[in-house]
Amino acid sequence: MTLSYPVSSLAAHPARLSPAYKSTIKRSPSKPLIPMRHTLTELTGPVYGHETVRENDHDLTIQHKGEPLGERIIVHGHVLDEDGRGVPNVLVELWQANACGRYIHVVDQHPAPLDPNFTGAGRAQSDAHGYYRFITIKPGAYPWGNHHNAWRPAHIHFSVFGHAFVSRLVTQMYFPGDPLFEFDPIFNSVPDEKARLRMVSSFDLENTKPDWALCYRFNIVLRGREATPMETK
Amino acid sequence: MQDKGLTPSQTVGPFFKYGLTPNGAYDWNDAFTNNLVTPDTSGDRIRVTGRVFDGDGKLVPDCMLEIWQADAQGRFSDPQDKRAPPNSSFKGFGRCGTDANGDYAFDTIKPGTVPDPDGKPQAPHLLLAIFARGMLLHLYTRIYFDGEAGNAADPILALVPADRRATLIATRESGSGNAVYRFDIRLQGDDETVFFDI
Repeated sequence: MTLSYPVSSLAAHPARLSPAYKSTIKRSPSKPLIPMRHTLTELTGPVYGHETVRENDHDLTIQHKGEPLGERIIVHGHVLDEDGRGVPNVLVELWQANACGRYIHVVDQHPAPLDPNFTGAGRAQSDAHGYYRFITIKPGAYPWGNHHNAWRPAHIHFSVFGHAFVSRLVTQMYFPGDPLFEFDPIFNSVPDEKARLRMVSSFDLENTKPDWALCYRFNIVLRGREATPMETK
Repeated sequence: MQDKGLTPSQTVGPFFKYGLTPNGAYDWNDAFTNNLVTPDTSGDRIRVTGRVFDGDGKLVPDCMLEIWQADAQGRFSDPQDKRAPPNSSFKGFGRCGTDANGDYAFDTIKPGTVPDPDGKPQAPHLLLAIFARGMLLHLYTRIYFDGEAGNAADPILALVPADRRATLIATRESGSGNAVYRFDIRLQGDDETVFFDI
């Protein structure tokens, strides 16, 4: 199957310069990007097998002596292409704050405790249907310095590889109904509401585990659609 | 039913190091490193190093860089490359976080020539993706190598205004041993690195 990667799909992404998110002001290019045709370099990408993912890397709650504090959750979904087909055998990495909204990072010094039993990062490979699954803790909201009384909505960072280096995606998964959405310049950097809502996971009652964990579904749509004969590459 | 548009990009943020580039500083393991060379890799060993600067000329200490490249014979370690398969375990992918001084380095090999869609040769190049706090969508650029005969006829360099081409060419540092190439990245400003809309 040959995939094409139409540049028009990129309209879903935020503008690189989004002044409400202040750090973009000095970190976004001021000159126009140069369009180019995709060559083999752009249309291929790294292929990693199961050796990259260890047995329990998808479970952020069982790697230490005790259990982490907070609300245990299942986060699962499919990695899809733009035609809705599952993208098999790709690496999905995630990292997040703990239940108190604190990251394991020297720069994060906000006054909330670290949790020695929470791992803070995970890794999974999508299966033959593009399906992935993690077990983790619902992250807390946390303050940041962008503006007075700025708080990030609870989110999980995702890093995903597709079948081409141009389908590389780093994004954030949010939780439904978060009251902080309307105040967050990072969430609102995505101009189109429908696109913005694609970053919000859905509560998945059917796949909760009774007496154990709630479940959220997050499908991730990467660049790539079936090439038609019109699009000669 | 979910509509089929792309999942939008969001910034990698300031706190990715634990999960993506721990490199011994945190207890999570590294899936990738900045050393792409495997014992069976053929080709000229090189180091590509540089710094990342923002629009004020300040160093960017919280940047993540990823490179993707062909092997010394110009082949990609991906079955979608239908030409002869690579003859080594060289993967062609590396990841590096900038340090407190904004420095990064990759140890790799000089890639070979890769054809463009018309079959014309492209000069040796690395594809580079740049992620950081303050970057809502990563940037792509290419690293070419000073002194390569193929640069003059490269179809992608030809798309770039002549006065900006130098931002895409890594300069060879003097010294013996493996070649060291310097490639600084300027995210914004008069001498801004050329980025590609791909």
